[in-house]
Amino acid sequence: MKDFIVEPLENIEVLESKDFFSELSTELSKGSGISSYFAMPQGSDFKLFACLLSKSGEIKIICSNVREKITSLSTFFPQLHLFEREIAEKTGLKIDGHPFPNPVRYENGLTASSGKYFRLGGDEIHEVAVGPVHAGVIEPGHFRFQCLGENVFNLQIELGYQHRGIENAIPKVKKNKFLPLIETVAGDTSIGHAWTFAKVYEALSSCEISPRAASLRGIALELERMANHVGDIGALSGDVAYLPTSSFCGRIRGDILNTTAILCGNRFGRNFIVPGGVAFDVDEKITEEMMSKFDKAYEDAVSAISLLWDKKSVLDRFEKTGTVTTEQALKLRLVGPVARASSVPFDIRALFHIYPYEDYELEPLTLNGDVFARAYMRWMEIKKSYKLIKNWMNNLPSGPISVESKSLKPNSLAMALTEGWRGEISHVCITDENGNISFYKIKDPSFHNWQGLSIALRDAKISDFPLCNKSFNLSYCGHDL
Amino acid sequence: MENIKLFLQAVIILFAAPILPGIINRVKAFFGGRQGRNIFQLYFDIYKLFNKGIVYSNTTTLIFRIAAPAMAALSCIAALIMPFGGQSGLLSFSGDFILIVYLLALSRFLLIISAMDTGSPFEGMGASREAQFAVFAEPVFFMSILTLSKITGESSVHGIFSKLSPVLWVENAPVLFLIVLSLFIVMLCETSRVPFDDPDTHLELTMIHEVMVLDNSGPDLGLIFYASAIKLWILGSFVSAIIMPRHSEIFWLDSLIYISGLAIVAISAGVVESVMARVRLLRVPQFLLAAFSVAIMAFVFQSLKG
Repeated sequence: MKDFIVEPLENIEVLESKDFFSELSTELSKGSGISSYFAMPQGSDFKLFACLLSKSGEIKIICSNVREKITSLSTFFPQLHLFEREIAEKTGLKIDGHPFPNPVRYENGLTASSGKYFRLGGDEIHEVAVGPVHAGVIEPGHFRFQCLGENVFNLQIELGYQHRGIENAIPKVKKNKFLPLIETVAGDTSIGHAWTFAKVYEALSSCEISPRAASLRGIALELERMANHVGDIGALSGDVAYLPTSSFCGRIRGDILNTTAILCGNRFGRNFIVPGGVAFDVDEKITEEMMSKFDKAYEDAVSAISLLWDKKSVLDRFEKTGTVTTEQALKLRLVGPVARASSVPFDIRALFHIYPYEDYELEPLTLNGDVFARAYMRWMEIKKSYKLIKNWMNNLPSGPISVESKSLKPNSLAMALTEGWRGEISHVCITDENGNISFYKIKDPSFHNWQGLSIALRDAKISDFPLCNKSFNLSYCGHDL
Repeated sequence: MENIKLFLQAVIILFAAPILPGIINRVKAFFGGRQGRNIFQLYFDIYKLFNKGIVYSNTTTLIFRIAAPAMAALSCIAALIMPFGGQSGLLSFSGDFILIVYLLALSRFLLIISAMDTGSPFEGMGASREAQFAVFAEPVFFMSILTLSKITGESSVHGIFSKLSPVLWVENAPVLFLIVLSLFIVMLCETSRVPFDDPDTHLELTMIHEVMVLDNSGPDLGLIFYASAIKLWILGSFVSAIIMPRHSEIFWLDSLIYISGLAIVAISAGVVESVMARVRLLRVPQFLLAAFSVAIMAFVFQSLKG
């Protein structure tokens, strides 16, 4: 099975608006997840696309022409909630029956005052507003808590402060500017997004990358995953003031990033992945240097992180804090390690088994969706990534690292999925009659998962928010685009 | 000569107090594999803050302006009651430990109302936490001192300290051990150290003490830092006096024993901070109640014996 789909636009059947929404709800009730949902301008009207991913890994795209309004289904399928708000904001279409039609990113002249804040009544309710300017050097976001004493009833997350208009910029820029833009969607997921973009681009130009290039991409992606997971576990232990792990993990994350730098000259893997393959090859000397650094970093990570799981005071803080149940995770369609920590066995790598992940399987794990589960899931993934990288490094297939990428097919739609370190990344690209990109849609995994954070905080203690936030560690700029 | 010594003691206490947080930080750095900041860093910080201007928020009133200087003054007065080595403090009288507790309580009260005065939701939250935990911490302290007073038959801090000796440890080891334990816990809680609070965090929502001083700046903030260093010195002194109960009757040797006792307390606080995670906020009262039962146990043991 392929983790991308490419179709000429005329092959995608345009449904009647009514049929579209009934088809959408049928698919969602069957357990498919929404991977991307957007409206493309077409003259004065809009063409609505929904990209669905079924449980067995089939990608289905449904489409309909809409004008003036769309029907909101988010009351029944909360996973559509943010997508519908996004469509309404981008297009100006009305969304019939949406429970909370706030703007997402304050585009198209909408400002913070166009939205509303959820409020609880009562004299004893205490409202705490945090951000968008925070005490640490982190990205901007506004969080509003409705509390009774230390208990949180509701957390409203308002983002959009990082909106840069990347999706709109892509059809307008020259070809050589695509990757620099894509790699800044979320700086810590440069490789994940670049690979997804490359998949879309290769699908549209019908080119197939060599096994060597795929293995090298895999190495880069897993290095990215490891570096971020190690950093996250360090940050989590820093939040509970457990110094031994937190002091070491910051440094080890740096060591892993430096391994990526040996691979391609950039710590975040920028300019490594190009459509058609990768930009840099490795020889024996580089492989050796990488492996010696990498093994050392992994060894250190094992000894630093193992301390956490034996420490009662740490486990006491992690366990039963910020629980997201399996049911909630499924309803909101959480993705990535966050979903797997709530026992949702969803992983693009295991679903499609594309090369070089052909042997990748998920272990059957029952975790209960608390901070401990999310931390432990990351630890499991670090160990798996290590094995994958070791294996690929030792058995690198020979061959060219890149193939000439041809021009893009005209009037086509391509969609690709990648398991980034935060979860499912999806990119959709639509070309015009000259084979130029006319529309581009990016979905960072954070777009699904922010809602999960808000749910994790229900009935939690407000003092546990920073810990829950770190355990999700979502991207602000990936959400804001 | 005696007067000069008394004066000298007061000067040493007031000048040496900011070194204790420095020691704790160095211990933490050692465990973290770092070199750590200068042991005298707090002195530099306070000096720096004293050379800065003050910004007052528009919503604050006179309360906010007097709180920080008053807190520093109250802490200094409390410090002057403390004996130094084997010597009596500058202000020492029968039952003076009650005054110490209430001077510190008054300073906490000022901090709480000045935090409320800013009208910030964070500071209100911190104030409510501080007030809640103080309710649990105070009886532990009283209970421990009461037991000490019962053991030694003295009612002033100086009297209690001067009766503490290795011989007393031989006779009352279990009770003294329980008292050291409960006083150490109170000290960590009152001076906002791990596992009760995290002095290094930047996360407003989890802070207790730090969040209440978010609006303080310049010399005011410097005074608050100084006041909390003094508080650490005072509470640490009780622990140090019990664990290092030797008196040589030589002024400089006693002073050395006393100060090294305090250094040991600071190092232990640093070790606790390095190897332990912070407890859930919800568990802080439980923790303090446990300390209270330890203190009660000490009292009961002592009463049964007597």
